[in-house]
Amino acid sequence: MQNLLTSEGETRTDDWTLLPRDVSATELPTGDLIVPFRVWVEARTELLARGSRAGVWLASDEQAEDLEPFLAELAIIAIDFPVFSDGRGYSNARILRERLGYDGELRAVGDVLRDQLFLMRRCGFDSFALRSDRNAAQAVSALADFRHAYQHATIDPGVPLVRRDH
Amino acid sequence: MLEDRVAQFRDQTSRYLRGELSESEFRPLRLQNGLYVQRLAPMLRVAIPYGMLTARQLRMLAHIARRYDKGYAHFSTRQNIQYNWPRLEEVPDILAELATVEMHAIQTSGNCIRNVTADQFAGVARDEIEDPRPWCELIRQWSTFHPEFTFLPRKFKIAVSGSRDDRAAVQVHDIGLELHRNAAGETGFRVLVGGGLGRTPLIGAVIREFLPAPELLSYLEAILRVYNRFGRRDNIYKARIKILVKALGEQAFAARVETEWLDIRTRMAPVEPAQIERLQASFPPPDYLHLDADHAAANLAKERAADRAFDRWVERNVMPHRQLGYSMVTISLKPTGIAPGDATDQQMELVADLADEFSFGELRVAHEQNLVLADVRQEQLHELWCRLRPAGLATPNIGLLTDIICCPGGDFCSLANAKSIPIAEAIQRRFDDLDYLHDLGDIELNISGCMNACGHHHVGHIGVLGVDKKGAEFYQLLLGGSQGNQASLATILGPSFASDEVPSVIATILDIYVARRIEGETFIEFVRRVGVEPFREIVYAKPAHV
Repeated sequence: MQNLLTSEGETRTDDWTLLPRDVSATELPTGDLIVPFRVWVEARTELLARGSRAGVWLASDEQAEDLEPFLAELAIIAIDFPVFSDGRGYSNARILRERLGYDGELRAVGDVLRDQLFLMRRCGFDSFALRSDRNAAQAVSALADFRHAYQHATIDPGVPLVRRDH
Repeated sequence: MLEDRVAQFRDQTSRYLRGELSESEFRPLRLQNGLYVQRLAPMLRVAIPYGMLTARQLRMLAHIARRYDKGYAHFSTRQNIQYNWPRLEEVPDILAELATVEMHAIQTSGNCIRNVTADQFAGVARDEIEDPRPWCELIRQWSTFHPEFTFLPRKFKIAVSGSRDDRAAVQVHDIGLELHRNAAGETGFRVLVGGGLGRTPLIGAVIREFLPAPELLSYLEAILRVYNRFGRRDNIYKARIKILVKALGEQAFAARVETEWLDIRTRMAPVEPAQIERLQASFPPPDYLHLDADHAAANLAKERAADRAFDRWVERNVMPHRQLGYSMVTISLKPTGIAPGDATDQQMELVADLADEFSFGELRVAHEQNLVLADVRQEQLHELWCRLRPAGLATPNIGLLTDIICCPGGDFCSLANAKSIPIAEAIQRRFDDLDYLHDLGDIELNISGCMNACGHHHVGHIGVLGVDKKGAEFYQLLLGGSQGNQASLATILGPSFASDEVPSVIATILDIYVARRIEGETFIEFVRRVGVEPFREIVYAKPAHV
């Protein structure tokens, strides 16, 4: 089952391998890897020399600012939602996009469910690895749950703060 | 936007009922639509932004009480309205009906930014510096479905005051905003953070003395971001922003907000003057008549002299208005024997009619759980009173002992340790002598059924808190709390009492006040002067309470 969805509403097969938080930095599998931030720090040189792509995932208690020195080297950044009600990842996403200017792929992973996709997209996520028991194709419509938004946000900084049609 | 939301929730509800959404997945979704699952049935909380309602909206609220509930509803201390008996399957229909009058239940619960509250006398109070409602509306729009701040560590409440006398309890909110002007005459906000009641009651700390008003949203965004990132999520009881402010220290917290703000405002422009003007223009003063105020005052004096009951009602329930010849009228929802804040569908219909007839079709909900007609001509007060009276809506007790703030308590709420409504009723029955109540004067009595403090017991002059003592319902008494500019947190009197003891203990407390007060001294002034100790000595000296 495809459980990867893009912000354009396309479903894809995920060709990244995401390594768990307790993985050893010395025994990395082959292929394109998304590694915990700690592993990135420990094995960065090796990861960059492998010839395959590498990225990092941030846990919800890690800070986006710590990635600043590496932004040009990362092929992808994933932000983990350990439970969907842990909203720290939304702030990390906006900081990466708006403050640090990261413009590569930003992926939501973990407890990612259709009811949060609209919010995630507005905070700058452009791909969503839905929870493994969910079907990405059925979640496409959730990206358009609302036609309007009130706030300035990552994907539409020009949105008027005060709407005129009511 | 509301139609989109109703469609989204209808879909979520049906996925839940089909079993596609688990209870734990549906829970935060229904909470963000104001739907709790309570002791007896779901509870639906409908938002009344900053307490403002039109007559048309109130009629819809009455219709919903009649059609989907048991013919009544409850006005809450956050200026919202709650229905205690809706059926889950019908909630999407209720929301669809509400949407036809631009109402909803969005963000009335859940760990998000809740309904923003304000002074019930906004726009008409004599001591107002600037109308807070345009700013409340700005905050309401900004906070609605905010993509970053919908899954905060805990709920988040913002109150705005625009007057010299704070009637919005800004010192006990997560964020309190006080409008004031600087030396240059510009409008800005004094920003308080980290106030709150609940199990850790705290008065908010001022983290910025003057925030230029157009910069409000970028500054709020900075506060919320610091909280969203660093507020505790490991313990629900330590997750409110007040705990973070306390842990970091007020200055360190303020410094973090400042750093965040300086960055955010490089991308987020101040609200443009034209936008502010447009917001302000959406709260125009009604078409007041030019009245002969002297004549109206003389006439009112005559009517008061002729009727003691009317006189009492005017004394307690009518407040002076900024516009000559007009008054602000508070409709008490605290008659004896009715749960404080409850109103029947018929009462709501009547108040809607009276709002149309006497007050430009508009009304307000006060956080003290009463309704307000804000623009009534003085010459019509007597007629209005005559119409309210047969409906049980003319109780002359605003600000008196029986104008009790009370949460729904153990009769409805699954969090409560103890019932609160029967305690309120027992107190109202014990103190039913109007002469005595008027002689006692201003006393705020607040009752909460548990330490979550929905009944604001910490800021009552007299607070009553339901506690669980080995499975039995007991009540702790507190003294000396107050809301407003001189907000203070109450002190616990001592060991708790059984429910049937509470009225007589309160009687003892009042006896002490009456016997020892000095001329013109209100109850709270008396408590501040003498402290809690004299009360302790006498209350606990009685053998009945050993």
